[in-house]
Amino acid sequence: MSSETDTTERARPEPIQAVPVRHPGRWVAVAVIGVLVAMFVHLLVTNKAFNWAFMVDEMFRPPIMEGLRGTLALTVLAMVIGVSLGVVVAIMRLSENPILRGVSWAYTWFFRAVPRLVLAILFGNLGILWARIEFGLPFDRQIGALFGVDDFEARLFGFSALEILTGFVAGMLALGLSEAAYMAEIVRAGIQSVDEGQTEAAQALGLSRTQILRRIVLPQAMRVIIPPTGNETIAMLKDTSLVAFVPVSTELFFQLKAVGNRTFQVFPMYVAACLWYLLLTSVLLVGQYYLERHFSKGFGKSAQAKIRLRGITAEAGGSASEAGR
Amino acid sequence: MTQVTTPAGAAGTADDGVMVRAEQVHKSFGSVEVLKGIDLEVRSGEVCCLLGPSGSGKSTFLRCINHLEKINAGRIRVDGELIGYRERGGKLHEMREKEIATQRRAIGMVFQRFNLFPHMTALQNVAEAPVLSGRERKAAARDRAAALLQRVGLGDKLGSYPGQLSGGQQQRVAIARALAMQPKLMLFDEPTSALDPELVGEVLDVMKDLARDGMTMIVVTHEIGFAREVGDSLIFMDDGVVVESGAPREVIANPRHDRTKAFLAKVL
Ligand SMILES: Nc1ncnc2c1ncn2[C@@H]1O[C@H](COP(=O)(O)OP(=O)(O)O)[C@@H](O)[C@H]1O
Ligand SMILES: [Mg+2]
Repeated sequence: MSSETDTTERARPEPIQAVPVRHPGRWVAVAVIGVLVAMFVHLLVTNKAFNWAFMVDEMFRPPIMEGLRGTLALTVLAMVIGVSLGVVVAIMRLSENPILRGVSWAYTWFFRAVPRLVLAILFGNLGILWARIEFGLPFDRQIGALFGVDDFEARLFGFSALEILTGFVAGMLALGLSEAAYMAEIVRAGIQSVDEGQTEAAQALGLSRTQILRRIVLPQAMRVIIPPTGNETIAMLKDTSLVAFVPVSTELFFQLKAVGNRTFQVFPMYVAACLWYLLLTSVLLVGQYYLERHFSKGFGKSAQAKIRLRGITAEAGGSASEAGR
Repeated sequence: MTQVTTPAGAAGTADDGVMVRAEQVHKSFGSVEVLKGIDLEVRSGEVCCLLGPSGSGKSTFLRCINHLEKINAGRIRVDGELIGYRERGGKLHEMREKEIATQRRAIGMVFQRFNLFPHMTALQNVAEAPVLSGRERKAAARDRAAALLQRVGLGDKLGSYPGQLSGGQQQRVAIARALAMQPKLMLFDEPTSALDPELVGEVLDVMKDLARDGMTMIVVTHEIGFAREVGDSLIFMDDGVVVESGAPREVIANPRHDRTKAFLAKVL
């Protein structure tokens, strides 16, 4: 034993300066990707079919901007219908009442089974079933006949189906009702993710079922509901392009296509559509990042990081390690 | 559907100083009978400690008292009032959800795993129920919540979320939350079992303080010291029946039943 180490502090060992492991594979990958990117850029710049000048000139014109507004309105309205109705359907699904459970199951089954495009076109043609949509006593004629009254009518108000159910409203209803079926599943998973003990504690305090749902369970379910809802909103924004076939004219894709058809420059306008949807979707991704951060308050850093990883923002919003506040 | 049978001579009179009276309480989950005829009486201002091995039905019995579980037979009365049912013309009628909620407000409950609302601060946890039940305005409820948190020694943690508090602090918030509804009875289900040993004391201190103030309490616990020091009565349960009961010191010092002896030997 040396006497040095007994009396003085041990000398700090010199920092490690090891030779890092080489990754030759990465350099090969970079080279391959570089060549592919160069080819793609070359295509974009040299191929006349892109007709960039024409595209930029056309893609901000007033009819397109009106279509853009229509697309945004359609997205928001369809999601509002989808989320509110989805919460109702989810609550029905979790109810103790077997009738409500059955109705909810049937609703989800139908609207998840039929493709949105088919649904949108179907709704656009519902005017074929009824010329007018009226509200009042159901089966009023039949009831009238029972009591010997011919042509008995008990209707409060009505409107022409052909006016209302064409275009925008048909598209909005098709997208919103279909979305509700998906949202119901998301909300149900969210509600079920909340610990049973939360409901029990609230019951023990004498809160009612609605109060518990509104103040205790749903706010906590939000943590689980928000990330997939963000993804649904982004999907909805893209799916609004389906209603171009209803047809809805106040819609982005319809307007871009119309320009393409009119000018025989179809391809540049499809590229313009890609660029518009890319831009809109990116804005939504940023919004989703902040929403998730808001609803994970009180759940600690690791929980927040986990939520972030589950959502698509893991790719857009940075690494999970910097997810904390 | 009610399947509660009427035991002979069930008299429901208040004002005899009895806060909780359970008569022949039976409870089954499916075909498994968990409570096999529990009789118990807790007088106003009394602290009743409930001991027993895991799975003996202690939590289930506690949950029956505030109707989180429906009993299959027997009667539970709190302050003379039948819990969960109304007796009319010799028949039992189920209460509506609202009436059950009203009954529960008079009974505070503290859970083993705290069950605080994680999305609310300590203050919001405590002030939430009095506001929602329409008892108090927001400002008044917040003032009283702050005072309650002060009382359990958390006057400096009003704005903290449960995730930022230690287990002992969370359980004290949970006690304050239950007290905010001004209950006449408090139920504790192993309030210190999920805590690190060095945090047990601070929660027991709050409970002792409550007992000193005359709160009626039923406490499921493995803390023999607490039972001996604070308890007015001790009940030993095993396999869904009350095996032995009496004054805590008596039962702990001279257990009569073999099962009590075996249990006490393990926890002492
Ligand atoms: N919701 C339930 N469904 C089925 N069995 C249950 C349920 N709750 C409790 N039990 C059973 O009842 C018995 C008593 O449980 P419990 O009251 O929690 O005992 P203790 O609190 O004394 O440990 C256990 O065997 C448990 O498995
Ligand atoms: Mg238990």
